[in-house]
Amino acid sequence: MQTKSANEAELIRRIVAGEKELFHELIRPYERMVYLTVFSIVKNETDAEDVAQEAVINANRHLASFRAEAKFSTWLTTIAINEGRKRLRRAKGAAEDSIEEQMEEKEGDYTPAPLTDWREIPLEALERKELREALRKAIAELPDIYRQVFTLRDLEELNIEETAQALGVNPGIVKVRLHRARIMLQKKLVPFLKTVAPARRGFFGRAL
Amino acid sequence: MKLECKHVWEHISEFIDGRVDAQLRVEIEKHLEHCEICSAILDSTRNILILTADDRTFELPVGYSERLHERLKKEIEGSQPDLKKK
Repeated sequence: MQTKSANEAELIRRIVAGEKELFHELIRPYERMVYLTVFSIVKNETDAEDVAQEAVINANRHLASFRAEAKFSTWLTTIAINEGRKRLRRAKGAAEDSIEEQMEEKEGDYTPAPLTDWREIPLEALERKELREALRKAIAELPDIYRQVFTLRDLEELNIEETAQALGVNPGIVKVRLHRARIMLQKKLVPFLKTVAPARRGFFGRAL
Repeated sequence: MKLECKHVWEHISEFIDGRVDAQLRVEIEKHLEHCEICSAILDSTRNILILTADDRTFELPVGYSERLHERLKKEIEGSQPDLKKK
């Protein structure tokens, strides 16, 4: 949104010029995003909150280095990712690393699970707490590289390029990981959905 | 050209994001019209994404925002001790 980014640019200008308490206002729309970003990396609530605070403090300290040609949200996400990774490294010890070095799995079955009766599942099923829980668990269980791309793209709704920029990988990699993450989730959740919605007579007349 | 299911699955993510080219889009849509399986896969994947983006799926810890701003306040005040708010 043009107005939003114009307002934001003005806010940033004023903060850097000395109205430091305006940073509260600048950060408010992004609090959730920062938390979820670091949560996707550190994977527990206590650390996530602590690291999210660190990231925000850090962004505040370095706001003068923010360049207007970048998007503030992407810049902030990058800081959040770095803080998250820093925490992981500290936790695991410097020897063991790292997210960037994780390789794409060449093998693996990335085909979705067939189901024929999804559309007969009442909308209310999506409202059920158990389904949300199952989804959170399924996301938590994704391998790190897939969970992070999925979080930025589908939870925080960054676009492919912004996701790539924030994670420091190329957009092609983001597309591949996103596709696989979505398929893995679909696959994991289908059996669960079948228990949520009792099996109905589907369209089994059609050959696979 | 007739698309196979497998081919549709390979493009499902791009299709959802509207990133397939016009010709492929038409072919996939045509396939979906008669293939219940691919339609269900597409719908389920799409619904998972809707559910993911729903604010109730991932909730922040209670008091997160308050604690964050409290810490921020200390940080900001600490960085400019002379400029007390009126």
